[in-house]
Amino acid sequence: MKDQQIIDDATERDYEYGFSTDVAVEDFPIGLNEEVVNEISKRKDEPKFLLDWRLSAFSKWQKMETPSWAKLQIPKINFQDIVYFAQPKKSVKSLDEVDPEILATFEKLGIPMNEREILAGVEKPKIAVDAVFDSVSVGTTFQETLEEEGIIFCSFSEAVHKCPELIEQYLGSVVPVRDNYFTALNSAVFSDGSFCYIPKGVRCPMELSTYFRINAANTGQFERTLLIADEGSYVSYLEGCTAPQRDENQLHAAVVELVAHKDAHIKYSTVQNWYPGDKNGKGGIYNFVTKRGLCKGDNSKISWTQVETGSAITWKYPSCVLKGDNSVGEFYSVALTNNYQQADTGTKMIHLGKNTKSTIISKGISAGNSQNSYRGKVRISKNSGQARNFSQCDSLLLSDTCGAHTFPYIETSNADAIIEHEATTSKVSEEQVFYLRQRGLTEEEAVSLIVNGFCREVLKELPMEFAVEAQKLLAVSLEGAVG
Amino acid sequence: MLKIENLHASIGENEIISGLNLEVPAGSVHAIMGLNGSGKSTLSKAIAGHSDISVTSGNIKLDNQSVLELEIEERAAAGIFVGFQYPVEIPGLNNMHFLRTAVNNIRKAKNEEEISASDFLKAVRKIMQEIGMNEELIKRPLNTGFSGGEKKKNEILQLRMMNPKLAILDEIDSGLDIDALKAVAGGINQHRSKDNAVLLITHYQRLLELVQPDYVHIVDSGKIIKSGPASLALELEEQGYEAILK
Repeated sequence: MKDQQIIDDATERDYEYGFSTDVAVEDFPIGLNEEVVNEISKRKDEPKFLLDWRLSAFSKWQKMETPSWAKLQIPKINFQDIVYFAQPKKSVKSLDEVDPEILATFEKLGIPMNEREILAGVEKPKIAVDAVFDSVSVGTTFQETLEEEGIIFCSFSEAVHKCPELIEQYLGSVVPVRDNYFTALNSAVFSDGSFCYIPKGVRCPMELSTYFRINAANTGQFERTLLIADEGSYVSYLEGCTAPQRDENQLHAAVVELVAHKDAHIKYSTVQNWYPGDKNGKGGIYNFVTKRGLCKGDNSKISWTQVETGSAITWKYPSCVLKGDNSVGEFYSVALTNNYQQADTGTKMIHLGKNTKSTIISKGISAGNSQNSYRGKVRISKNSGQARNFSQCDSLLLSDTCGAHTFPYIETSNADAIIEHEATTSKVSEEQVFYLRQRGLTEEEAVSLIVNGFCREVLKELPMEFAVEAQKLLAVSLEGAVG
Repeated sequence: MLKIENLHASIGENEIISGLNLEVPAGSVHAIMGLNGSGKSTLSKAIAGHSDISVTSGNIKLDNQSVLELEIEERAAAGIFVGFQYPVEIPGLNNMHFLRTAVNNIRKAKNEEEISASDFLKAVRKIMQEIGMNEELIKRPLNTGFSGGEKKKNEILQLRMMNPKLAILDEIDSGLDIDALKAVAGGINQHRSKDNAVLLITHYQRLLELVQPDYVHIVDSGKIIKSGPASLALELEEQGYEAILK
């Protein structure tokens, strides 16, 4: 049976994306100063407005401090010890010119980059992919097919030249430069990422996806994603991430901005599987990400779904600003931590418009010596009449040495708001495992089925292919967590 | 088929099973009766390999092979099935997905091919109809929110689908109304064959009227104190445990 096979395969593996690819990388100095910011902008041949924006962000960043309010123990990061830009040497104009080593890497990761093969295959669903390797996008598939619908889907760098007016209009409009330390840093040095614009009334005919891969050592990845859904449009967007297994910690500080105009609907799904470090907590990615969506127009809707299993440290709060009347924000999250991983993740739902609605479903799973926190804020403003929120935060513990924490904040300035909050904490019971083993399942299969059951409400929100991937991931990440 | 030799087993410091001997040959149904706390449920857990129970001496054999060194799932693969008094709930785990995984794991252990989805579904539907189990229950999360009767029927569905050599049914009759009891008993009778054995653990005669046992054993203080034909259960029902235990 398919599902069983998946679990079987999965439990026998370690972090399987830990390999690295040998490609020549353009030299770039270590450390960060104004010169470096200038150089990044120059190499990308950016218009002046963007360089100015970066420089102003850099000067703001210099005056800011790393946030310390999260329940995380963050080792001091030396920001002068990081390479801020890594680009494969060969410059490419089309997919056919991409270094075969890099294409092979994405193939190994299971990311479909060959349009012809995908078109020939009948069963595989069509997904347009933008592949980001270290600091640059190495190729985007199905661009032409999408262009027929007027959809722009390309790397951020390409968009800067293709439609600078959209970039200038929307960049930083949802996540201001000064939002936090890492957004300021990202705004100064962001290298690449994906850009997407869905025109009025268009229902995007295929899933769009960006796949992020950190390869080069000592390199930070600072990508920027901007997604705009014009009036009445719909798009489902997927994001996946992996990195090689290295002993040093690597920094990933991304910013994602979504804008949903009137009647538009954006569904944004993430499966985050950055290298989590080894069993003793050595190495792994520091993942400091700011994601926010603006429901700008009336009746707009933004849904975030995330499965977070990787990274040594995760600091991430995909949020919705519900500005339009009747707009809807949703957040579905599974965060799994094992060994010495730390996660502080959750969401913010800011209700500004009338009759706005938000739903938060968070499932935290902690194993080993890990610490897993849910942090969420629901804010209902004075003008947001008839606002509604429902939050449910469930924690599942798999060991006696891990921690699960919940920090829900609710602020309301409106008496007619309806806010519900439910929270549970449970342990995988020995009797559940015994029952399943008595029916012929191994201990790992049993725990995997119990955990997948616990996450079901969230996993069912993922697109089919991604849900299968996520189930596999949960099983791998739990390896060694029982017994 | 099942042979228990001078078994001693404890939970923590307390010895619960104290020198129990029992042999259940293929093709037979044996009933074990006894007061609460006499060691009936501990016996079923010991046979299944629950980690709370430590076997201090004696042996448990299935087809002349000791199972004491086997893991819980290996015992299941060898053909041991326990129908539980209180089947656990597992939220979110689809009942059908669970059952198919279980059936296929047992098949895999026997080097048999996996059951096809359509054969599986056909077999499940047939059994559910026979035991009067609401078809919706196969689509729901395992035992979650099931009534007591529904949980017991789900155990019988698993029994029939997994078709084990040795079925130990621990108070499968508790908490059932008369119709559900008949349905469950019918399921057990359907399962009975010359190739398998059934061990019924029960307090009451009423199940044994519907599933005729070949032998009845009365357990007290962790050992069998009296064995006899089906009529022993009737005697027990009329006279009570006190009279028999004296």
